[in-house]
Amino acid sequence: MNTATHTLDGHGGHAHQPGGLLRWLTTTNHKDIGTMYLSFSLLMFFVGGAMILAVRAELFQPGLQLMKPEFFNQLIGVHALVMIFAALMPAATGFANWMIPLMIGAPDMALPRLNNWGFWLLPPAAILLTLPFVLALFGIGDGAVATGWTLYAPLSVQGGIGVDFAIFAIHILGISSIMGSINIIATILNMRAPGMTLMKMPLFCWGWLVTAVLLIVTLPVLAGGVTMLLTDRHFGTHFFDAAGGGDPILFQHLFWFFGHPEVYILLLPVWGLMPHVLSTFSRKPVYGHTGQVWSFVAIGVLGLVVWGHHFMTAGLPVPALLYFMYSTMSISLPLAVLFFCWIATMWRGAMSFETPMLFAVGFIVLFGIAGLTGLVLADVAADAQYHHSYFVVAHFHYALFAGGIMGVMTGVYYWLPKWTGHMYSERLGKLHFWLTVISFNLTFMPQFFLGLAGMPRRIPDYALQFAEFNAISTVGSFVLGLSQLLFAYNIWRCIKGGEKASNGVWEGTHGLEWELSSPPPHHSWETQPVIKD
Amino acid sequence: MTILNPSRRNASSSASFSRLALGTGLTLGASAALADYTWNFPKPVTPIGRDTLSMHNQFMVVITVLFVVVFAIMLYSMIRHRKSVGAQPAGFSGPTGALQWFWVLVPFAILLFIDFVLMGIPAFHAVIEMEDTRTKADMVLKVTGLQWKWKYEYPDSGIGFVSALSTPREQIEGQAAKGENYLLEVDNEVVLPVGRKVRILLTSTDVIHTWWVPQFGVKRDAIPGFLRETWVRIEEPGVYRGQCAELCGKDHGFMPVVVRAVPEPEYAAWVAGKKAEMAAAAAGSDKAWSKDELMAAGKAAYEKNCAACHQPEGQGIPPAFPALAGSKIVTGPLLSPEGRLIPDSHVDRVLNGKAGTAMQAFKATLSDADLAAIITYERNAFGNNKGDMIQPAQIKALR
Repeated sequence: MNTATHTLDGHGGHAHQPGGLLRWLTTTNHKDIGTMYLSFSLLMFFVGGAMILAVRAELFQPGLQLMKPEFFNQLIGVHALVMIFAALMPAATGFANWMIPLMIGAPDMALPRLNNWGFWLLPPAAILLTLPFVLALFGIGDGAVATGWTLYAPLSVQGGIGVDFAIFAIHILGISSIMGSINIIATILNMRAPGMTLMKMPLFCWGWLVTAVLLIVTLPVLAGGVTMLLTDRHFGTHFFDAAGGGDPILFQHLFWFFGHPEVYILLLPVWGLMPHVLSTFSRKPVYGHTGQVWSFVAIGVLGLVVWGHHFMTAGLPVPALLYFMYSTMSISLPLAVLFFCWIATMWRGAMSFETPMLFAVGFIVLFGIAGLTGLVLADVAADAQYHHSYFVVAHFHYALFAGGIMGVMTGVYYWLPKWTGHMYSERLGKLHFWLTVISFNLTFMPQFFLGLAGMPRRIPDYALQFAEFNAISTVGSFVLGLSQLLFAYNIWRCIKGGEKASNGVWEGTHGLEWELSSPPPHHSWETQPVIKD
Repeated sequence: MTILNPSRRNASSSASFSRLALGTGLTLGASAALADYTWNFPKPVTPIGRDTLSMHNQFMVVITVLFVVVFAIMLYSMIRHRKSVGAQPAGFSGPTGALQWFWVLVPFAILLFIDFVLMGIPAFHAVIEMEDTRTKADMVLKVTGLQWKWKYEYPDSGIGFVSALSTPREQIEGQAAKGENYLLEVDNEVVLPVGRKVRILLTSTDVIHTWWVPQFGVKRDAIPGFLRETWVRIEEPGVYRGQCAELCGKDHGFMPVVVRAVPEPEYAAWVAGKKAEMAAAAAGSDKAWSKDELMAAGKAAYEKNCAACHQPEGQGIPPAFPALAGSKIVTGPLLSPEGRLIPDSHVDRVLNGKAGTAMQAFKATLSDADLAAIITYERNAFGNNKGDMIQPAQIKALR
C-alpha cells in the first residue's frame, strides 16, 4: 500500500525490490507483512461477518425461512473459525509485525523469510476453510464443516468432506501461527535496543511474548487432536470411539487444552496494547508496569490449567469439577490487577477522548461484563444452567468482540497515523465507535436473557417465547455489521491521504515507536537507539 | 508533539457521553415496555433448580455491585480528570509506601473473599448436592440420545419408548400457524412421579447429546459408549419442557424434552397403561400382517422416523443422506434363501445402521412391527415396487 511505496523513495539499500504483486509475494519487510496481515484480517472479518448476518437473518423470527438446518450449522462453525483464525489472530500478528521492531528499536523481525512464509500460508488455509461451500454448489460434497468450530467427535467423525477441509486448514493455520510465534520470540529476546531490559520492555511486546509462548505450547496439542480425528475418519482408528476403546471426551480435553489458552492468545495482545493507549490519552505514565507483566504471565500459566470448565456438563468427576471451578475463579485475580492498572493509569490524568481512547474505554467496560459473567460461569452448579445456552454465546462475544475486535480497532485507530503518515477522520471514527458500541449491546445483551430463559445455542429455529429477544438481537447485528463499513472506509481514506501526522502523532505518546517518522523509514531502526533511564 | 485541534475534539467527546447515557436509557426503556420478556431462569421445581436460581441471583447481585463500583470510579475519573476541564496530569506510576500498598491490596482481598468464600462456599455445596445421584434414589430413568429423538427406559417397570418432536413440518416451514408449544412438544412425554428422587442415567447411540430441562436446573451430556448420571426430585405436578443442548447434527434444534410430573397414583396408572400398550405391540410381532396393513403402518412410521433425512418422497439429501428411491441397497435382495440377514443389505442397514454415519441401528428403538412395516414400505414406495414384504415375526427372529 501507500505506506511502504512512499518509504521506497527516500532510502537506500532496497533498490532490488520488485514492484507490483511480486513485491507483496516476496517481501520480507516487517511493515509490508504487517500490512498484509491486517488487510487479510479486515477482509476475513467481513467474510465471517456476512456469514453470521445470514444466521441472524434466519433467527429473526421463529420458523425456518431462509436456509436448511444443515447449512445453518455450516455457517455458525465456519463463522467462528474464520473470525478466530483468519480475522482476530492475523490482526494481532499484523500489529506485532508492525509495532514490535519499532517499539524495541530493531530494523526488522529476526526471521524475515519465515515471516513472509507465515503470512502466505494464511490465504490457502482460508480458501480450504470456505471452499467446501463453493464445491457444494457444484454438487461436490455436502458443504463446509457443520459441527461448530469445536469439531466435537463423534459428530465430526460422521461429517462430510467439510471436516477434512477444516482439519487441513487448522493444520496450515497452526503452522503459520507457530512460525509467527517463533519469529516474535526470537525478535523480542535478541533484538531489543541496548538498555531495554525485559522488565523495561513495552507492555504490548510483553503481551505478545506470553501469547507466542502459549501458541507454541498449545497448537501442537490441537494439531494432534485433529490428526487423531482425521485417522478416526479415514484410517479405522478409534481414539474417540467407545466401541473401539476410545473416548469422545478425550477430544474435548485435547481441543480445550488449546481452546482455553486460545482465548488469552486472542486477548493478551490487546491487553498489552491498552496501557499504551490509556497512558497516551491520559498524558500520564502507565500504572503498574511490573504488576501487569506478572499478570500476563500468571494469566498465561493459569490459562493452561483450566480447560475443563468448557465441558462441566460432560460428567467430569467431582474432584475435577471442584478443581476446574476454583482454578477458573482464580484467573479473576490477575485479571483484576489489569483492570486496576488500567483505571489507575487514567486516574488523575488529563484525559481527552479521541477515537482510540473511546474504543479503549468501551473495551474496558464491555470486557468487564465478559469477565464478570465469566466469574459466574465458573460455578459448576450455575454453569449447568448457563452452559450450551445463549448466555455463553453472549459471554464470549463480550470477550471476543468487545474484548478482541474492539481492542483491535483501538490499535488500528491508535497506530493508523503512524503507519500511513496521515490522520484518519476523527468524525467518522467517533461515529463508528458509537454505532459499534450501541449496536453491539443491542445484539448481545438480549442473548444473556435468552440463555437464562433456556434457549440453547446453535439452533436454527426456536420456541415462541424466545422470539422478541431474537428479533432485537438480529436488528442489532445488522446495524453492527453495516457500521463496520465505516471502519473500512475510514481506513481507506486514511491510506489515500489526509492531514499529515507528526512523528509522535498524539500529544501524550511516549516510546521508541513515536520517535521515528510517520510512516517510519523502510528499515525502521537502521541505527539501534540506546535506552538510558 | 502536537495534537490536532484539541478544543474541538474535547467538545465533541463530552457530547458523546450524553449520547451514551441517552442510548443506554432508550434501549433499557424500550425493552422493559415489552411484557412478554423473561429476564431470569424459569421457575425452578427441583431442589437443585432452586439452589441454582438462588445462587445465580446472589452472584448477579455481587457482579452488578462490582461492575457499578469499579466503573463508577472510572466514570468519576473520566469526568474529573479531563484535559478540557483543565486537569493537570499526575506523574505516579505505581504504589509507593505502605499506605498506598495497603489501598492497592484491599480490592484483591475483597476479590479473594468474593471468589472463594462468598461464591466458592455455596458453589461447593451445590456441586456436592448436584453430583449425589445415589443417596436415597427412589427409581431410575434411563435416557438415550439418538439423532434426533430421545429414548426413555424405566428399568424398574420394563417400560421403554421413543419420544420425538410432534410439531408438524408445516408449522416449521411457515405454512401453518405455530402452536403454543412450538418445537417444545413430543409424541410420547416422559412421565415421572412427583416427590420421588429419580436417578437419571444418560447415554447415546451416535453422537453427543445434552439432556436439559431448565426448570429442573439439570443439564447433562449423553455420551455414546458411556453412562453419565444426574438426578431430579420434581416438587410440583406439571409439564416441563426443555431441549437438546449439544449440537448433534442437522436436527439438533428439533429434539425437545418434555417431562410430565404427576402424583404417585396417577403415575402408577400410567405405568400400568404403558405396560398394556407394550404387550399389545409385542403381540403385533406374532400375528401375520397383510401387505396393505404393513404399507399403511409403514408410511406412518417412515414419516415419523425416516423422512427427516431420507425425505418424504425418498429422494434423500445426497451425499449425506442417500436417496432410497431407486437405491441399490433398498431394491437388493431381502434375506438370504435360508432367511438369514445379508450383510449390508436393506434389512441390515435398517436394523443395525451404518457405522460412522447418522444412520442408526433402529432395532434399538423401534418395534418389530414398525421395522417390518418400514422395510416393506420402502421396498414398495417411491417407485421401487419390489413387490416383496417382511413380517414382524421374521424381524423378531433376526434380533
